[in-house]
Amino acid sequence: MEFTLKTFIFYGFALLTVASALVVVTVRNIVHAAFSLMVTLFGVAGLYVFLQADFLAATQVIVYVGGILVLILFGVMMTSGRLEMRLHIERGQLLLGGVISAALLMLLLTIIANTPKWKNLSDDGEQLEPTTRRIGELILNGQFLLPFEVVSVLLLVALIGAALISRKEVRD
Amino acid sequence: MSLQHYLVISAILFTLGIFAVLTRRNAISILMGIELILNSCNLNFAAFSRFVTPPENIDGQIIAIFGIVLAAAEAAVFLAIILAIYREFGSIRPNEVDTLKG
Repeated sequence: MEFTLKTFIFYGFALLTVASALVVVTVRNIVHAAFSLMVTLFGVAGLYVFLQADFLAATQVIVYVGGILVLILFGVMMTSGRLEMRLHIERGQLLLGGVISAALLMLLLTIIANTPKWKNLSDDGEQLEPTTRRIGELILNGQFLLPFEVVSVLLLVALIGAALISRKEVRD
Repeated sequence: MSLQHYLVISAILFTLGIFAVLTRRNAISILMGIELILNSCNLNFAAFSRFVTPPENIDGQIIAIFGIVLAAAEAAVFLAIILAIYREFGSIRPNEVDTLKG
């Protein structure tokens, strides 16, 4: 693979994603972790652009960065006093969790490297059409209509359930 | 860029998410780990959709969009439960919430 500007930007995004995810799981201050998570989510959106999934990248930015991250920050503000902002980590648990995670990573990398079906699948740089139109057709007029309706009901249920669980209890 | 590049990034994100879930002692940090895991999963769907199926077939991307919707619903319910727990116990450390422990 020749080293072009495109590969340079790809590795930049990959490095950004992995490094900020590492910060998310290691930093002590929970607000810093939340902002680092924002960088990770943006990095993943950039990788979606490289996969030519434009609609997916836009959805990632809107829903994750605009929605879930704000929700997480509100959660931090409403539940953490000044003392709880700094995370407390136990050394033994850190060691055990690190060993388990490292073993899992080794397993996954071995599988990825040794599956013959997945080798030599690379994009030859051809440009695909924008996906938004086809996604709209498939969801609203195609085989994904039923899942779309089901997921809309699920969102409504989650919304009502979240409001019901988190409100103050009224005793009568 | 090949499929394996994306799979390696996704594997690293997944492992870091597992590490956060295993070691963090704060429910919101655990939620961040779960979000990392869901992101790695969606990245896999998009990558397989791009490289393994023919390029006109974008089913994997649609599954990833549904995954994002489910993650949003999950985060909302998760934070509602955290708020209720905080009001009840005054803390969101998972090992202090032990009413069901025998």
